[in-house]
Amino acid sequence: MNFFLLSVLKAAVVAFVLLTTLAYLQWVERKVIAHIQVRMGPYRVGPHGLLQPLADVIKLITKEELIPPHVNKFMYLLAPFLAVTMALVSISVIPFGTEIHVFGTPTWMQLTDLNVGLLFILAVSSMGVYGIALGGWASNNKYSLLGGLRSSAQMISYELPLSIAIASPLLLVNTLSLREIVQAQTGSIIHWNILRWPAPQIVSFLVFLIAGFAETNRVPFDLPEAENELVAGFHTEYSSMKFAAFFMAEYANMVTVSCMTAILFLGGWQPLFSPAWGSNFVPTLIFTAGGLIAIYHGLNPARKLDRITLPVTGVVFLLVGALFLVPAAQNALIPLFWFAAKVGAVLFLYIWVRGTLPRFRYDQLMRFAWKVLFPVALANLLVTGLVVALW
Amino acid sequence: MSGPPLAWYLILSAVLFALGVAGFLFRKSIITIFMSIELMLNAVNLSFVAFSYQLKQVNGHVFAFFVMVVAAAEAAVGLAIIVTVFKNRETLNVDEVDSMKY
Amino acid sequence: MDVILFLIFAIIAVVCAVNVVVQTHPIASAISLVGVMGSLAVLYLLLGAEFLAMAQIIVYAGAIMVLFVFVIMLLNAGAESKRGRSLVAQLLGFPLLIALLALASYFIQRYYPGTATVQFGAFKAGTAQNIGRALFTQYLLPFEVTSILILIAIVGAVVLARKEL
Repeated sequence: MNFFLLSVLKAAVVAFVLLTTLAYLQWVERKVIAHIQVRMGPYRVGPHGLLQPLADVIKLITKEELIPPHVNKFMYLLAPFLAVTMALVSISVIPFGTEIHVFGTPTWMQLTDLNVGLLFILAVSSMGVYGIALGGWASNNKYSLLGGLRSSAQMISYELPLSIAIASPLLLVNTLSLREIVQAQTGSIIHWNILRWPAPQIVSFLVFLIAGFAETNRVPFDLPEAENELVAGFHTEYSSMKFAAFFMAEYANMVTVSCMTAILFLGGWQPLFSPAWGSNFVPTLIFTAGGLIAIYHGLNPARKLDRITLPVTGVVFLLVGALFLVPAAQNALIPLFWFAAKVGAVLFLYIWVRGTLPRFRYDQLMRFAWKVLFPVALANLLVTGLVVALW
Repeated sequence: MSGPPLAWYLILSAVLFALGVAGFLFRKSIITIFMSIELMLNAVNLSFVAFSYQLKQVNGHVFAFFVMVVAAAEAAVGLAIIVTVFKNRETLNVDEVDSMKY
Repeated sequence: MDVILFLIFAIIAVVCAVNVVVQTHPIASAISLVGVMGSLAVLYLLLGAEFLAMAQIIVYAGAIMVLFVFVIMLLNAGAESKRGRSLVAQLLGFPLLIALLALASYFIQRYYPGTATVQFGAFKAGTAQNIGRALFTQYLLPFEVTSILILIAIVGAVVLARKEL
């Protein structure tokens, strides 16, 4: 198959999956937070509110494009564009799985593998600050300006511990290419960087995760848009699609950081334990269990609607579980399952933290970055370097 | 299929450097003057990398890397100075910052 | 293909650089400078300097220029006033600049005739491995000196940014 055609196909699939994930991530977040707070969450549009993302998209698209009269127009329009572009571009170097055959042509489940892939993601994500800083400045509003100022200071500060936390697992794998980083962690969980002999990277995993929260401006570090102090922070003056762009950028950054966590520390698409012990059957087991539970609840329905929806869901789950047993599909699907499971777990952590922790105060935030996170990351890098050199 | 001549890269570098010099001489705001210096450093880096390509050596890259590090240090101190100047004199116009003691 | 890519990004770089000089508002200048740095990073990639291209974006565009934007926003610097510019500079500056550039181009063309072309992929030594090796063997002393320089810069910035001065 033609290389260009294949690349276009892969790009289209990745873009479609990414955008759908972004839309549904928001639904998942609202649902999870609702359940944490003992509410139901979105429920009206579609079964269990499953069509809510679609409704949100339609609402945002059809809203009036409003440009306030006092803004710097060029910068005001540039900022959301910059934010969303820089957030979406980094997906292009992330590997989702092993080599597969598409109509007989071998290809990797990755758009492209740069041998400076990790630096590429860092570079692109560091450009994302401009979206927020410029949006805050161009809005010509004191709350926006404060939000933009806070975010640029915060993101510069947290980029340091983030980069240093990335450096120490790199000492173990000796490469900057994301595909080779995952390949270096082949095997079960004890070969992943987080537990890898001789220098387990648990500390740098935690530092990376915390700094990742700050880089994506999520709770408890969402100072740039702190509602109770700054109205809505840097995007106070934005509405309709421009607001949606900022929103999408935030979720895309979350996905990127989760993918990075999975690749750097959790072994990317490598299974939890080796296939010799039957890890290939884990996805089937999980989907079968999910399907059976859904069918059971469908037979004893709490609501009238559940009598139809839950058995249908259960059958779909069972079919997906059966798909994982087909030898032809296994090669592609099982790595994808493990990768998605790890990314999903990290994303769930993001949402969980949002439902649990209060927001930091600004001085606490800065002090934490410079006086705790940075020294810890540095000490971890030194120890890792020493251990790797002596081993 | 052949690429552009190496001379084009050097000419581009010269153009950018000249624009940096022009900005340095022409502008009044101390921040923009500082940015013109960064533009000049970037232009020089481009010619370092181009020469590195020509000589098939990595030394030019290392030198450009050092330039970047120095630029980062310079930016940190320079911007701190700018902030201090602005705090004390409430102007960013270099022509108005003309007395030794304030 | 190489020529087209070079021309596109060279033109972006020059236009943005002109914008840096011409724009009156510091934020506009800063964003234009980020444009210059981004297109220079692409040119570095064309020259086979992949590590340097990424370092360019991370260090220059992602750290230094963010610091500039931050300071401009912090000081709330407005547009520069156009008064007080020297008439001689306004009249003679531009032609002299063109003349200088023409001279420079002439001499560069003379010393580097069109035979030395740049082919993407012909020089592959610009990887992180090679640069790291050069940095930690041949250039170890300069590297260590740079770290001291950065330390001095940090201390200097902290001292300058203190409240009482």
